[in-house]
Amino acid sequence: MKKHNSYALLKTFSLFFSAFILAGCSEMVVFQPKGPVARDEALLIATAFGLMLIVVIPVLVMAIGFAIRYRASNEKAAYRPNWANSIKIELVVWLVPVVIVAVLSYLTWTGTFRLDPYKPIPAEAEPLRVEVVSLDWNWLFIYPDYNIATVNELVLPAHTPLDFRLTSATVMTSFYVPQLGSQMYAMAGMQTQLHLLADHTGTFDGQNREFSGNGYATMHFKAIVKTPEQFQVWVHNARQSPETLSMAAYKALSEPNSNHPVTVYSPVVAGLFDDIVGQFTGWMGADETMKSRMQPQEKMHN
Amino acid sequence: MLGKLSLSAIPLHDAIIMGAVYGSLVLAVIIIALLTWFRKWSFLWNEWLTSLDHKKIGIMYMILASIMLLRGFSDAMLMRSQQALAAGANPGFLQPPHFDQIFGSHGTIMIVFVLMPFLVGLMNIIIPQQIGARDVAFPLMNSISLGLTIAGAFLVMISLGVGQFTTAGWSGIAPLFEKQFNPSTGVDYWMWAIQISGVGSTLTAINFLVTIIKMRAPGLTFMRLPLFVWTALTTNVLIVLSFPVLTAALFLLTLDRYLGMHFYTNDLGGNMMLWNNLFWMWGHPEVYILILPAFGVFSEVVATFSRKKLFGYKSLVYATVAIMFLSFTVWLHHFFTMGNTPAVNVFFSITTMLIAIPTGVKVYDWLFTMYRGRITFSVPMYWTMGFLTIFVLGGMTGVLLSIPPADFVFHNSVFLIAHFHNMLIPGALFGYFAGIQYWFPKAYGFRLDEKWGKRAFWGWFIGFLLAFIPLYILGFMGMPRRLSHYYNLEWQPLLIVALAGAVMILFGILCLIIQFIVSIKNRKANVDVTGDPWNGRTLEWATSSPPAEYNFAIIPNVHTLDEFWDRKERGIAYQRPEKYHDIRMPKNRPHGVIICALALTFGFAMVWYIWWLAALSIAGIIGTVIISAVTNETEYVIPAHEVQRIEEERFRALAAAQDSGNI
Repeated sequence: MKKHNSYALLKTFSLFFSAFILAGCSEMVVFQPKGPVARDEALLIATAFGLMLIVVIPVLVMAIGFAIRYRASNEKAAYRPNWANSIKIELVVWLVPVVIVAVLSYLTWTGTFRLDPYKPIPAEAEPLRVEVVSLDWNWLFIYPDYNIATVNELVLPAHTPLDFRLTSATVMTSFYVPQLGSQMYAMAGMQTQLHLLADHTGTFDGQNREFSGNGYATMHFKAIVKTPEQFQVWVHNARQSPETLSMAAYKALSEPNSNHPVTVYSPVVAGLFDDIVGQFTGWMGADETMKSRMQPQEKMHN
Repeated sequence: MLGKLSLSAIPLHDAIIMGAVYGSLVLAVIIIALLTWFRKWSFLWNEWLTSLDHKKIGIMYMILASIMLLRGFSDAMLMRSQQALAAGANPGFLQPPHFDQIFGSHGTIMIVFVLMPFLVGLMNIIIPQQIGARDVAFPLMNSISLGLTIAGAFLVMISLGVGQFTTAGWSGIAPLFEKQFNPSTGVDYWMWAIQISGVGSTLTAINFLVTIIKMRAPGLTFMRLPLFVWTALTTNVLIVLSFPVLTAALFLLTLDRYLGMHFYTNDLGGNMMLWNNLFWMWGHPEVYILILPAFGVFSEVVATFSRKKLFGYKSLVYATVAIMFLSFTVWLHHFFTMGNTPAVNVFFSITTMLIAIPTGVKVYDWLFTMYRGRITFSVPMYWTMGFLTIFVLGGMTGVLLSIPPADFVFHNSVFLIAHFHNMLIPGALFGYFAGIQYWFPKAYGFRLDEKWGKRAFWGWFIGFLLAFIPLYILGFMGMPRRLSHYYNLEWQPLLIVALAGAVMILFGILCLIIQFIVSIKNRKANVDVTGDPWNGRTLEWATSSPPAEYNFAIIPNVHTLDEFWDRKERGIAYQRPEKYHDIRMPKNRPHGVIICALALTFGFAMVWYIWWLAALSIAGIIGTVIISAVTNETEYVIPAHEVQRIEEERFRALAAAQDSGNI
């Protein structure tokens, strides 16, 4: 019970701290979380920051204080040329960092398991599945439950657990919407997972965080969070889209190009995500004839 | 006949690149012309290039590092200018492929061809003198290491004008660096430059490990070693253990790119994470390879200028060794976001945080060395104070990044950029600058100008804060690294501040250059007659400045930590020995220069697929090594009477200094 109290105290402190930073700079997206994952991460950052000041502030004070007090011209200050050992001081300088690292380790241990991107987020609503594919140099988002796909725009319902599967059709990238939290690599021939939740509506910036060649700087997108009702309206409209994502359309889309206009596709060729993963995983590699959804996939995680 | 090489490899259409190429060429022509005009070629060859004197080899490393610092910094200025401009509708002046080469070459040059040569140069000049030795264990290998490092640096410089440099980052971004995505010569230049100089670094480390373990003066036990020697020892252990991993990883990439194999490819069983694991198994220890010796410099400087014993010597030694071990257990924190289990992430997170403990202890030990001291604020102490105040900020952001959920936020943002520059500029570069200012009189025989030295410090100190604090804030604002252009206009004001910071650092660099010019001009006034300009504590100050070729006429017997200070206290620092002996020293040998030229040829030939030339040059290297190994006459004798003559001269100078009150 007592432990719980002190943790609450820390939380209050770090909230104050983040509020302080927020006031200074209104564009700090890290401190403007729009979902529980990003909020928890911001809190952890602020807490760790506060804890470390216990070591850092004395260092700064001592560095400046000692430099002024023991300058050669100050004859009044004590001078002990042969004093070079003190068990008491040694104990303090070893133990204080040990204690702080121990506390931080505890926070890290619990925080890392709590914020495991592979862990589904408990909520009442049914999760929405989204398959993310990074291309050269565009983002393809597939909604397998609705037979919809979008390019360079991610439309999401609020208050709904988001269940992302990620892969890359080309070099490695990293998918990240700062205000929702937790980035995740997307790698060819492999699939990674990410669970997020948005509890505010709005339009948020999404980006690629891993350098991927010529068009890297253009590889950003908007994540638009709507209310569940608005989202259903969007789904309804999207399914009327004149564009369909056939294999041929996907091939054209995956040719290197930048700034592809936002496009909604429906329907989407069945099993596209698995095929994109599978094209790299067969014994004979990229051989077209070996490409099949029945192939086992490499998974990073079990 | 010439492989892929043709005239089209020279980017004649690009004004910025060709400006740099012509600039470098003009500079080279001027240097060659001056050497010829003043008939200095044989002097250069006999006194420097073929010399096996560790002090001269060290100075050549320092010159290489200084030149490459200018190149690496030009890259930084270009990037800062581009990012200050290229917001919204403004594309800036650098297109993506060019910008991408610049961030790759900036990183490669600064890590491999600036910080490494500064580190090896300082070790070369100081380590043998601090342990009371006459040279390193393998003087010829030392010269060959230098040759290999210079060959690598040349290869990077050639890529400026012939072909291009890598667009896959200094750390190699898998699988972007594969031939499928990067068919041009850029990645090959990067790969061979690091590979060749890496072999040089491994040889250096073997050399210094043997030197420190086997060539210490009698009585100089491990717990009497100056801290710089301790940190150099741990650094060399790290190099010996980690560089082979890099060599192997690059070799696998060579197989991928040249023979179509599939170690890091997307398909056929290749795995890009294999590269990330192997690279950072070298890359993380490399950070400590660069920082630990700087910690050693700070330890020497803070004790000397506080005129006090180093506080907690044993603690500092244990902390250094602890960092050495821990640095091998943290590599995975470079890719927490690859989707591994939380248990794996937690393990590497906590090992990373553990490093903060010995590092924190070190900082406190330096502070308590200042406590109750008599601190003189000379230039080396300025750099040390700058380090102590800024470095803790980098330590704090480092621990923050080591927390996986925090890393999910900051990974590959400019926050990360700010963090590792915060480690490597105040942590490593400030240390080497402190070391240069501190040991310059020892190497050259005169002191550096204080006024310009302090100006240079303020340029770097203020410039660093202006350049990198905005990047920390931009990390909170969600800015990714390596952007050649961005649409978020809210980032621009801070990026302009960062550019102003880079300009301040430019001011600092100019002050350093002026400092050298002014000091050389006034060298008569700043001459160091005693060999001990700072009232030093360790053995290197017992020799003359610059030391005789053999360093010590009589190898000292060591009785305590801070041996030279102790001798001064007891009044026996400058005693005439009863008798001098003949001294055997290594002869000049040209093998280092020859291997440098052959390695450069080999690298260039491999980059351009000129197979016959590559085969010829590698055969030449092997032949040179064999020839060097079968030569018997490798040493010459300095007769005792000659030693006596040199030493008598020194004692006369000392006596004169004593009379004029300089001692």
